[in-house]
Amino acid sequence: MEMAASKTQKPQSVRRKFEPWADPAAEPLIRFENVVKRYGDVVAIDGVSLDIYEREFFALLGPSGCGKTTLMRMLAGFEEASEGKVVLAGSDLSGVPPYRRPVNMMFQSYALFPHMSVADNIAFGLKQERMPRDEIAARVDEMLKLVNLRGFEKRKPHQLSGGQRQRVALARSLAKRPKVLLLDEPMAALDKKLREQTQFELMDLQQRIGTTFIIVTHDQEEAMTVADRIAVMDHGKLIQVATPAEIYEQPNSRYVAEFVGDVNIIEAAVTRVTTSDTTLQADMLDAELRLTQRTDAKTGDRVAVALRPEKIRIAKEPLSEVHANCAQGVVYDIAYLGDLSIYHVHLDNGFVLKAAKTNLSRQIEPPIDWDDRVNLSWTPDAGVLLKS
Amino acid sequence: MSIERRSMFSRFTVAMPFLWLAAFFLLPFLIVLKISLSDDAVAQPPYAPVFNFGEGWAALREKLSMLDFENYSFVLGDWLYVYSYMQSLTLAAVATALLIVVGYPVAYAIARSPRGLRPILLLLVILPFFTSFLIRVYAWIGILSREGLLNQMLLSLGAISQPMEILATNAAVVIGMVYSYFPFMVLPLYAALEKMDDTLLEAAADLGATPSQAFWRVTVPVSAPGIVAGALLCFIPAVGEFVIPDLLGGSETQMIGRTVWNEFAVNRSWSVASALAVLILLVLLVPILIYQRMQLRDLERR
Repeated sequence: MEMAASKTQKPQSVRRKFEPWADPAAEPLIRFENVVKRYGDVVAIDGVSLDIYEREFFALLGPSGCGKTTLMRMLAGFEEASEGKVVLAGSDLSGVPPYRRPVNMMFQSYALFPHMSVADNIAFGLKQERMPRDEIAARVDEMLKLVNLRGFEKRKPHQLSGGQRQRVALARSLAKRPKVLLLDEPMAALDKKLREQTQFELMDLQQRIGTTFIIVTHDQEEAMTVADRIAVMDHGKLIQVATPAEIYEQPNSRYVAEFVGDVNIIEAAVTRVTTSDTTLQADMLDAELRLTQRTDAKTGDRVAVALRPEKIRIAKEPLSEVHANCAQGVVYDIAYLGDLSIYHVHLDNGFVLKAAKTNLSRQIEPPIDWDDRVNLSWTPDAGVLLKS
Repeated sequence: MSIERRSMFSRFTVAMPFLWLAAFFLLPFLIVLKISLSDDAVAQPPYAPVFNFGEGWAALREKLSMLDFENYSFVLGDWLYVYSYMQSLTLAAVATALLIVVGYPVAYAIARSPRGLRPILLLLVILPFFTSFLIRVYAWIGILSREGLLNQMLLSLGAISQPMEILATNAAVVIGMVYSYFPFMVLPLYAALEKMDDTLLEAAADLGATPSQAFWRVTVPVSAPGIVAGALLCFIPAVGEFVIPDLLGGSETQMIGRTVWNEFAVNRSWSVASALAVLILLVLLVPILIYQRMQLRDLERR
């Protein structure tokens, strides 16, 4: 959204303590109960149970075909569950047609009515409700103000830019004050800069109006930016439902670790388990791998450990007396990203580890170059033992 | 290749349709216009003056001064001709309205059918065109006559006790026109409905519109250009229709196409026939211009 950098607005903090999912007494607004969706033999949704709370900004994240859109369309009423049920504010939604659900959706294509002006598009749902004329006018004006489109009410969709159309679609889906707003890849058609800006504005908007937002996206950065909680999906199943930080720092599976962010997956065998930490012998490392993490795994079990590249320290200087959590190798690839560089390090035993380093100085000459011999090390809390 | 040569080529391609229109529309029209301004004469050809460009300026100017609007004032002053125009416009309008009512559901059904089935269904709509137009109109005589298929069927079903007189009425003319112009209505409607984004209907449903409300508030207005295109494609030729009123119409049917034919062939008054033809064109210019405007707006939208 083309709002100037908010100099005039008083900067509001977006941070807040909001975690109704942690409160066992909290009543969810939306509840998926063992939902299954089949198309013939194909299982699109495979036994999903999920609670979403009021005022939550919830993201459904996954690759295309993982079922995230189907799950959202069930809430909108465009798809019916083959098994299980979808409950909204205590009432079962099965059999309720889309036009009777207190849920509105912003479509990926925006689906603006081409024959109607911006104002008529926004007023469509209100006219459907037979709201009095003056109230409609007031609500349309309020919505235009909300998305910064005042002065555009008489334009037709084809006379707007992509970003403006996106905002009309948003205003139209919010006009009826739905209990839940569904956003289907809302920023897919925007360029990167505009997308980032829009993400923040969407969060801000959600905070102000307090509506429950559910966003479907395949963009993990987008999900992490906007959402309170993320559900990572694969093949119609929920793999992990957690806050962005938990998803990133404590992925419960190899799938989640690899889907969200960059990661080194280290295969290892458990050698020792204590109440506070786990020691492993990795195939790719000569040194021991130590984790300050408890596990149910027993000695001898094969497991996988996720290690994020930015948690690995990379240096040319030799390490001082360490026996664990280290490796040596030669740099064979550098991805220079400006803010940081990703080094691909060929270990002496043939394996490859990725390490990231923030570019703190403004040197043009890289401090670590191709073919440099480097030492890698990390702390015992850097790695995560994956369950599957 | 030089830019100049390419621009010569592009000028030629742009000029082609204009040359075509000049040769096969403008020139004949100017001839008809000239005849409409002439007087009848017992001669070959049956009007005067006849221009001969070899006679020199003075003769040409004299002959030009003989042209006048006499035929137009005659035509417009005679109630019979005006009535003929009115009837043509009325019958064409009724037929067009019926075509929209009949054609829309068909076009809608085809646009909603499985993708693979659509070409076959469209082919079925066009299929009658594979037979001669004249034969198909003749066939309607067999259907609509007193002893025709329709009356026999209704009698045997007990829906009527007396055979209806349909043939040789304006109703038969309208039926014939609806039948004949059906593909011209269905094809543009289908084109408009087929390119409509289905998510528009989902959006309408999402915003509280029942399927029928979504149809009237979204589908119909979005397909309006198709309705207009189809209506004009049917209405314009229907106004000047000659074969259908001649074969299916009766004594009450006085559509302008038949009137022109009468003037031309029975009265041998080429000048009045030409004046009638020019007036049809003027009347039809209004819907043609509306169509042009709509097309221009549609282009801008893209």
